[in-house]
Amino acid sequence: MSKADTRSIDFMEVPEHTVEIITNSGEGAQKCAQIFGQTCAKMGNGVWTVEIIPAEIEPPHHTVTSTSGNIIRFGTEKITNWGDQSRLAVAFNDQVLLSRHRLDSLKDDCIILLDSCWQEHDDEEIHRMYHEAMEEMSTKNYRFVLVPIEEEALKIVDNPSHGKNMFALGMLAEIYQRDVSIIEKQIAHIFRFKPPKVTEKNIELVKSGIKWAKENLDFQFHIKSIPFDEERIVMNGNQAAAIGAIAAGMELCAMYPITPATSVSHELSEIIESFGGMVHQAEDEIAAAGVAIGASYAGKVALTVTSGPGMALKTEFLALAIMVEVPLVVLNVQRGGPSTGLPTKVEQSDLLSSLYGQPGDAPRVVIAPRTIEECFHAMVTARRIAETFRCVVIVLTDANLATGVQQFTRPPLDVRWQQGAIDQSPVPEGLRPYDWDPETGLSRRIIPGSPGGQHTVTGLAHDEESLVSYHPSSNELGMKMRSRKLAVFQSTLMPPELHGDKEGDMLVVGWGSTQGAIVEAVDRARSEGLKVSTCQLTFLSPLEPGLKDIFSRFRKVMTVEINYSDTPGDPYINEETRRYGQLAWLLRAHTLVDIDCWTSCPGQPLRPRDIYTHIIARLEPNEEGVAA
Amino acid sequence: MSSIAISLLDLETGSPECLEAEDYQKRPAKWCAGCGDFGVLNSVKRLMAKEQLQPEKTVFVSGIGCSSRFPHYVNSYGFHGIHGRALPVATGVKLARPELDVFVTMGDGDCTSIGAGHWIHATRYNANMVVLMLDNNIYGLTKNQTSPTTPQGYASMTSPRGAVLPALDPLQATLGVSNASFVAQTADWVPVHLYATLQAAYDHPGFSFVRILQRCPKFTPDVFQKNVENPDLTELLVHENGVDVPALAQLFKARRTHDPLNLDDARSLARRRDMLRLGVFFRDDSLPVYEEIRAVPKVSAEEKVARLNKEFKRYAV
Repeated sequence: MSKADTRSIDFMEVPEHTVEIITNSGEGAQKCAQIFGQTCAKMGNGVWTVEIIPAEIEPPHHTVTSTSGNIIRFGTEKITNWGDQSRLAVAFNDQVLLSRHRLDSLKDDCIILLDSCWQEHDDEEIHRMYHEAMEEMSTKNYRFVLVPIEEEALKIVDNPSHGKNMFALGMLAEIYQRDVSIIEKQIAHIFRFKPPKVTEKNIELVKSGIKWAKENLDFQFHIKSIPFDEERIVMNGNQAAAIGAIAAGMELCAMYPITPATSVSHELSEIIESFGGMVHQAEDEIAAAGVAIGASYAGKVALTVTSGPGMALKTEFLALAIMVEVPLVVLNVQRGGPSTGLPTKVEQSDLLSSLYGQPGDAPRVVIAPRTIEECFHAMVTARRIAETFRCVVIVLTDANLATGVQQFTRPPLDVRWQQGAIDQSPVPEGLRPYDWDPETGLSRRIIPGSPGGQHTVTGLAHDEESLVSYHPSSNELGMKMRSRKLAVFQSTLMPPELHGDKEGDMLVVGWGSTQGAIVEAVDRARSEGLKVSTCQLTFLSPLEPGLKDIFSRFRKVMTVEINYSDTPGDPYINEETRRYGQLAWLLRAHTLVDIDCWTSCPGQPLRPRDIYTHIIARLEPNEEGVAA
Repeated sequence: MSSIAISLLDLETGSPECLEAEDYQKRPAKWCAGCGDFGVLNSVKRLMAKEQLQPEKTVFVSGIGCSSRFPHYVNSYGFHGIHGRALPVATGVKLARPELDVFVTMGDGDCTSIGAGHWIHATRYNANMVVLMLDNNIYGLTKNQTSPTTPQGYASMTSPRGAVLPALDPLQATLGVSNASFVAQTADWVPVHLYATLQAAYDHPGFSFVRILQRCPKFTPDVFQKNVENPDLTELLVHENGVDVPALAQLFKARRTHDPLNLDDARSLARRRDMLRLGVFFRDDSLPVYEEIRAVPKVSAEEKVARLNKEFKRYAV
């Protein structure tokens, strides 16, 4: 350990750093990281955070499986993903640290601030585990700094589990020269509903962390920030979606608790009533869809928020909404599947079920925001599409966007996005409930309250008058009209933008939250002269126009996705048996291009280095026989 | 119809501007001849005429089953949804538009089987709607399968040797739910009582659950035969806050004064198997209504944008 008296401070200027706070579940890592990340953002740094959370509320402490933590990547420039490995870690015990080591999350020369209380622990078992863990980690050149985290926290609070996090925050504040007044303000905000003493204690803990670091650490990192004059906000994807829903004028959200979507409803529950709306916590996922559909049918465009297993339960209702052409917005914050899968983790496995997950043909719009900022805009767009096309719009985000925190330009708001008065004008004689325009399939939505418009919508096959009809031609017409709307909507879309050249050796195609990591990987390849470009799709049903043309200008097209696909070369896996990633599957069918994929489902966001590695591996030799 | 069926002779005669009961019929119903649903539709139309409900301000919501075709035949807005899920849709309609009159029609399979979860919770939400559970003790539309209310021993295609379990009692179940505010039972073969019960249900501000006993002419024509033939086997629960039709006094000798505010008595009467009981078992008009609890002041679009701008400050960098 460093000694205060003789040291000189090693002051390092770096463009960015990645920090991990690793604790037992329930020791406040998220709070510490949340404040640290927000402080970095408020000081003008680019930020991206990723939560490491177990599915249990508080699993047994001091075990590899109890790890709860947060990764904060921040830098001078904009940060778009969690990066590769962490350069500094604060660990409250050896076992949770070990879990991160085993996941290869820590850089080889990572600085690790580890609580010193375990090294010489009286309990023989703890002592033994500690030394075994250290032995296992000795393969790396980690720089360990033992810190009396618990001991210092105990000087201020009786229960160190409620104090170590703020001491750690103080150390980080000193190491990275953070503005303490910003930290204090945030602590006051977080504990605003608690007695003032709680805020005071927490600030005292932060200060003791700062003091300890000042006296004992011999290094500091400085990360410059670029001054900006636009207004910026910092939030996670679920907050952005919630605020976006309100900005979009949605006044009713019906939901049932499910990780990792629930925090959208937390955010909405806190504020939506002051916007004339409500969150209805339904008895189950199915009812949540039903309530939202009922409200939409009655004139409000409602929202239901869920994750994979909830989507599965809602499918019958979604098909009903599509059949009766009631607008509906569904936010699916994807998690790991199948079944209960990885409830708190990242995956992109609901693409195909979002497109096709119901009996019968039920065309709907599926959009996938690529950034936290787009989570906001997607809600506004979704409501607009749902109403214009009398259709269901599914917004697919994932746990990476949901809990990641990023700063972005404060979005402009528009009063026209808000819900106007419900159209109750009399329905002209002869206007039918499904007076489909034969070209576009569009029809006027007749809402209860409109005199002369009385009709019964039905999930049964029906004709233009909404009368139950089993006639072959009327069934075909209904199918055609519901599908036509998607084609009409597609005609309003632009082809996707390419990052990189318009032609080359490889085009990497992604969708949703992986954009930042893919772009970083592609940039790395491009900086080495490789002819690699990328595009990130947002509209998945209907697909954006021009894909076949874009793909035709690359020697190879490969999707990168966080879902399962068979690995070529594995036993039994060949041309005939290989199952592709979900976007690859879709694009192959759509374009008839022989698209390859590299997918992975580790339950965490993809690393730029892993994407880079697979780009290199899959680049096919050119005429000269070398990777282009 | 049975010999004791009382026809609807005392229809109100409306003024020329008034809508008559027949004005509330949208198109001829396509139920089987002798189906109990016809009687319910007649009483509903009569109630709508009595209350002069505006067709455009009235919504009928249903699930799937014979009785769920109901909205197609009523001159109002209608939502014929999916099996078991009428109540969530109706709740959504009511939350979005509390001013609309909402009626729900469900069958016994719809309500007490596939939609049982929604039934319990909708009862607890206590949104203001009239909920008609048309209970013919059988799955009719899918052609004769045992439902939860099929009497034990009664044969069907799925229980050819008779239903193996005791029937589920929808009254006891509903009365057992916290916040239940109106629970009544009536029967298709006593139309006057049916009408009076619908009126009470409509008058009650809250979730009015009415179980309507009725026969399926194809699969359960005889299920209530004893009661249809012998009025002495039926006891009417009468009260000024429930249903009390003087015209029925001569037919039904067994009459019990039951204060619908008394939940303990209601539960005890629902549990007894000695006689069939028709009437309002429970009614409490003072219980809070969900859409009123959740009501918040309207906010103009401009004000919303202003508030949202303020909200952004919480996240400002």
